[in-house]
Amino acid sequence: MSENLLDVYNVSISFIQYVKGLNQKNLKVISDLSLSIDEGEIVAVLGSSGSGKSLLAHAILGILPDNALLNGEMYYKGELLNPESKERLRGDDIALIPQSVNFLDPLMKISEQVIGECDSEEEEKELKAKQRKIFEKYNLGEEVDDMYPFQLSGGMARRVLVSTALLSNPKLVIADEPTPGLDEAALEETLNYLRDMANNNVGILLITHDINAALKVADKIAIFYAGYVIEIANIDDFKNNGENLLHPYTKALYHALPDVDFKLTEGHQPLRDEINDYCPYLDHCPHCVDKCDSEIPKLVKHGDKYIRCFKYTE
Amino acid sequence: MYFVFISLIIEIIFSGGLFLNKNKILLFLANRFVRFIILLIFVIVLSFILIDMSPIDPIKTYIANKVVSPDQVAALQSYWGVNEPITVKIVNWLGNIVQGNLGNSLIFRAPVIDVILDRFVASLVLMFSSWVISGVLGFVLGIIAGFKRDTFVDKLIKYYCYILQSAPTFWIALIVLMIFSIYLGWFPSGLGVPIGSLSQNVTFFEWLNRLILPAFTLSILGVAQIALYTRDKLIGEMSKDYFLFAKARGETGWSLIKRHGIRNVLLPAITLQFLSFSELFGGAVLVEQVFTYPGIGQAAVSAGLRSDVPLLLGIVIFSAIFVFVGNTLADVIYNFVDPRLREGD
Ligand SMILES: Nc1ncnc2c1ncn2[C@@H]1O[C@H](COP(=O)(O)OP(=O)(O)OP(=O)(O)O)[C@@H](O)[C@H]1O
Ligand code: SF4
Ligand SMILES: [Mg+2]
Repeated sequence: MSENLLDVYNVSISFIQYVKGLNQKNLKVISDLSLSIDEGEIVAVLGSSGSGKSLLAHAILGILPDNALLNGEMYYKGELLNPESKERLRGDDIALIPQSVNFLDPLMKISEQVIGECDSEEEEKELKAKQRKIFEKYNLGEEVDDMYPFQLSGGMARRVLVSTALLSNPKLVIADEPTPGLDEAALEETLNYLRDMANNNVGILLITHDINAALKVADKIAIFYAGYVIEIANIDDFKNNGENLLHPYTKALYHALPDVDFKLTEGHQPLRDEINDYCPYLDHCPHCVDKCDSEIPKLVKHGDKYIRCFKYTE
Repeated sequence: MYFVFISLIIEIIFSGGLFLNKNKILLFLANRFVRFIILLIFVIVLSFILIDMSPIDPIKTYIANKVVSPDQVAALQSYWGVNEPITVKIVNWLGNIVQGNLGNSLIFRAPVIDVILDRFVASLVLMFSSWVISGVLGFVLGIIAGFKRDTFVDKLIKYYCYILQSAPTFWIALIVLMIFSIYLGWFPSGLGVPIGSLSQNVTFFEWLNRLILPAFTLSILGVAQIALYTRDKLIGEMSKDYFLFAKARGETGWSLIKRHGIRNVLLPAITLQFLSFSELFGGAVLVEQVFTYPGIGQAAVSAGLRSDVPLLLGIVIFSAIFVFVGNTLADVIYNFVDPRLREGD
């Protein structure tokens, strides 16, 4: 077992749902997810809306809702993550940049909540000064300090959320969709801050549905399809006409990029419950082999990458 | 805990001072006031019709225990307008009210306004003290129950509230009376001054002594609603995104509740407490009756039982004003103090 900053092995997340009275049903959102992040590395998780990306972030931090079921193992610097260690690490070693302004207390002033809980007045002063400096960098004026979340514009909210992670000195940052709603300049800037952090040896999990943002800044990209990670590709694989990309879905995704071919993929991703014992990409795949319709392929190492496709397992 | 409360209220209200739009509030209040006047007229007319249809006879009350000649009865009847049509009676009476004249109470033999003011002060003391006690206690219990959700403490608080909510008020009052006055003998059981005697003759301590048991009863009754509401509200807030994020930033346990929970539950809880003015009034009527506490509720019951029409109508007006004030305060808090709403239109 290699020791990275964060190792995630075979994680599944499902919800217990009650259908028709007392009949329980497990709704699987994430299946068999494995990935790892090294120090100073940016790993992007690319998935469509509702594919469970936020849940992955919440699972690492231990803030899943009560009715969620988490399977699999996660390690932070080789230490098994369980509810206790997650509680200890979050806020210190591991920081979250949340997805929306709803993650701010609606009745607390911005400065007060960015600073967070303080044990002493000195600590508060120190953090206040630091917060001011970060806000300055992000072009958030003094008046923002005393605002309430509902008074922030979309872009301001985004910058406030990113500042919360800069305030502590985390080793691992989980950024949940930090880019939507930002104009080109602000987007560039936000990605630069992530890059800066990574250059300071911070590992970053960048959760996004924006492939361009991922391509701009990430080192590796884990691609989600129907709740499965189907490939973890290196950023360079997306060059040279994508010839080093492995999975047919990733290739299709690449050719759908506006500055490549803009060739749109057809059909929808199957619902998670529809998949039982066959490859999730079966319906759209041009290269099916025998096993594809009778077994779910596993995520396996292929060179320095990972792939979930029978084409590469032989 | 107490300090957190006060500082939070002050913070929320005063930071709101920047936004509070005086004109908007005045307009809002004026609108409310007009609607209230219309409602009040409606209530008065309705009470008048009900009383007119009932067997209550003010003349009989007035001349009770007196020797009067038929001539005098006829004179009184024309004074009261007994034989006038109801519309004339209503118009006459409304006309008097507009001039600030509520008439004379038949059983107290004093101006209605004096009786009501005297009684209302006594009731307000009772209601206000139990309102504050039940509000604070209920809120604290609700926060504890929500924080300790599904533990023994939570269940204890929950069942306490369920029992109180389903038990009739007068029954609880009787039990309190039995335990503290009769069994323990801590307080006298016939607490009130006889009807008609002057309350100025009562010393402060006698009066305080009379206040404690009814206030205690009303308080423990009022706790239930606010505690259950606060508990549910807190549990709801605890699953919201901002709570998750606070957790993700390393905040835990009680400090989460203190920093985020109380802050977000306080305003709705205070609003609810103001909305409960009508229940408070209803509870006071019953409790005053059981403890013979000389308040407005007791006066209302006497007035009803003994056909004191002017007093009854006067009390209707005052209790309507009381409930109106509570509801309006609740609306003002809800619409103008919450930073999210006060900037809207
Ligand atoms: N408490 C819950 N109970 C049941 N199902 C849930 C619950 N929370 C989330 N889900 C399901 O999990 C799915 C994934 O949610 P998640 O928020 O992680 O998606 P996402 O990839 O972050 O999407 P987005 O791009 O919109 O942020 C949702 O489609 C929803 O159906
Ligand atoms: S496993 Fe089979 S169906 Fe799935 S992507 Fe690979 S070749 Fe296509
Ligand atoms: Mg999300």
